Amino acid sequence: MFQIRIHGRGGQGVVSASELLSVAAFEEGKYSQSFPSFGSERMGAPVQAFARISDSNITIREPVMEPDMLIIQDPTLFHAVNVFDGAKTDGYLLINSSRTTEELGISEISSQYPDNHVMILPATELAIKYIKQAKPNTVLLGAFAALSHIVQIPALESAIRGKFPKKIAEPNIIATKAGYNMIMKLLQEKKQQQGA
Amino acid sequence: MLYQISGSIAVANAIALCRPDVVPCYPITPQTHIVEHLSLLVKNGKLKNCTYKNVDSEFSSMSFCIGSSAAGARTYTATASQGLLYMMEAVYNASGLSLPIVMTLGNRAIGAPINIWNDHSDAMSVRDAGWIQLFVESNQQAVDVHIQAFKLAEALSLPVMVNMDGFILTHAITQVDMPDQELVDQFLPKFVPRQKLDTNAPVSIGAMVGPDAFTEVRYLAHHKQKEALNIIEQQAEEFAAIFGRDSGGLVKSYFADESDIVFVAMGSVIGTMQDLVNDLRDQGHSVGILSLRSFRPFPATAICQALRNVKQVIVFEKSFAVGMGGILASEIHMAMQHVQNINIHSVIGGLGGRTITKKSLHKIIDQAEKGILECEVFMDLDNETVAKELKRQQDAPSSGSVAENILRDKGVVSASKTH
Repeated sequence: MFQIRIHGRGGQGVVSASELLSVAAFEEGKYSQSFPSFGSERMGAPVQAFARISDSNITIREPVMEPDMLIIQDPTLFHAVNVFDGAKTDGYLLINSSRTTEELGISEISSQYPDNHVMILPATELAIKYIKQAKPNTVLLGAFAALSHIVQIPALESAIRGKFPKKIAEPNIIATKAGYNMIMKLLQEKKQQQGA
Repeated sequence: MLYQISGSIAVANAIALCRPDVVPCYPITPQTHIVEHLSLLVKNGKLKNCTYKNVDSEFSSMSFCIGSSAAGARTYTATASQGLLYMMEAVYNASGLSLPIVMTLGNRAIGAPINIWNDHSDAMSVRDAGWIQLFVESNQQAVDVHIQAFKLAEALSLPVMVNMDGFILTHAITQVDMPDQELVDQFLPKFVPRQKLDTNAPVSIGAMVGPDAFTEVRYLAHHKQKEALNIIEQQAEEFAAIFGRDSGGLVKSYFADESDIVFVAMGSVIGTMQDLVNDLRDQGHSVGILSLRSFRPFPATAICQALRNVKQVIVFEKSFAVGMGGILASEIHMAMQHVQNINIHSVIGGLGGRTITKKSLHKIIDQAEKGILECEVFMDLDNETVAKELKRQQDAPSSGSVAENILRDKGVVSASKTH
C-alpha cells in the first residue's frame, strides 16, 4: 500500500487533489481511498488530505500517519504545522516552492531522504501560467506521477475530465503535464550530474 | 458497475435506485451531501416521479415524512446530530404510527460543546425510539443496506434508520459497486402500504391510547422488533443471492468464534480493526472482531452464539451514557449474563471525531493479553488535561467553563479569555 498525505491551505485544492489521485488509481484498476482532514474548512486555514493506493482492498480508516509521499502545497506551512509528523524518510517529498531546501530551512530532514526522492518545483507559478489561478494542485499531481510512478498521466487526465467541466479540465490537464515534465527533466539533470 | 465516489453520493444514487416517491429535507449543517445530490437527481430528471421538498426545519422534515408515508408514499430523508434531536418528537411518532420511512443518519456528536465531527451520540440518543437501527462498516455496505432498508421497513411497516459514520464514510472516496436498476427492482417490489390515508376511504391513524391498552400497544412494538431479527437475516441472504455480496444481517464475525480476545463494535471502526487483526493474527495472536450490524433490534442470541468461546470481550463504542458508562457494553453485559467465564471490557473512543488509530487499538489488545485491561477505558484520554481542570475547579469556586478552559490549555486561539 502506498500512502499519501497532502498539506496545504483552504482554497488550494488540497482535498480535490487527494480525490483526483484516488480516482486516477481506480481508473488504473487499483484499490484506493481518499478523504480530507475533517473540520470547518475555510480559505487559508491549514488543510490536510489523505490518499491510499493498493493492489488489494483497503479497510483502514485512520488518517495517513506514516506517509510514503508527502506533498506540501504551501511552504509557509513549515512554520505552522508539523508537516513531517510520521513521514517515512525512505519515501518521497514533493514541495511547491521556488526555493531550495536550505532556504526553506528543512535541509536537515530532507537530507534523510534517498537521492532523487525530494523534489521542489514552483507549482503555483506553473498553475498561474497554465490555469490562470494560484491552485498548484494539478501541477503537483503531474509531479507526483513523475516522481512515484504510482499513477500515470492518462489516468490523471481522465480523473480531471471526470471531475471538472471541459473549460476547467483542459488547462488543468496541461498544468498536470507541465508538472510531470518538469520533474522528469529535474530527475534527468540529477542523473547526468550523478553520472558525471 | 464500479465507481470511485464519496459515500454521500453513493448513498444518494442508491436511494434513487429505490425509487422514492417523496424526499423532504432540511439541508443545513449538520447534514451530508446525500440530500443535496438527491435534489440534483430530481431536478435533472434522473430520479423521476419523486417529490423533493425543502422544508423549514428538521422537525418539519420528519413531520413531512410522516404525512407522506401515511399517504402511502415511499419516503426518505437524512439528517445527523443536532438535526436528529430537533426532529425527535416526530421520530418517536414515525415508529409509534408504524410508518415505513427510511432515514440515513450520518453519525455525528451532539453538543454542547459544539462539535460537528463523527461519533455515535446521535444514534444512541434515539436508541429507544422504536426505529430499526442498522450500522454499516463501509460505503459499499451503506449502498447495499439502504436498498435492504426499504424492503425491511415496508415488510414490517416500521421506520428504518441506516447509520453511517459522518465524515469517515460520508466524505470518503472509495470504490463502490452500484447495483443495476433491474436487480434493485427485482429485490425491492413496489411499495404496498399496510395502512394508508385515502380521501376516498377515510380512516384516522394515531388514536389516543389510555392505560387500558398502552402496555399492549408498546409490547407489540417490542414483539415486532423481535420478529425483525429473522427478517433482517432472511433479507441479507436474499440480497446476497441476487447481488452476490454479503451486506447487512444481524452480526458479522471476523474470527470471533475462534479467538480468545474479541472486539465488539459498530460502523466504520470495524475496517481499522480488521487491518489490525490481520496483522496480529499473522503474528499468532488470538484476536477477532464481531461487527454489530443491527443495533435495534438487538441481536442478543446471535451475539451470545458468536462469542460463546471467547475469553475477553472488548466492547468498543463511540458514545457513552454520562453518569453510567458504555451503552453498548451494558447491553452486551445483559445479553451475556448467563455466559460463564467471560470478561467484558468497555472501551470508549473516537468521541467528537478523535482519530481512532490502529496503534491505540493495538495498545488495548496488548493490555487485554496481559490481563491488565480495565473494565472501563476511555481510549487516548489526556489525563493531564483532565487533572489540570479538576484542580482548577478545586482551587477556585469560579473556575469558568470547562470547554473554554481546556481549549485555552491546549492553546486553541479561538477560546476567549474570561478573566
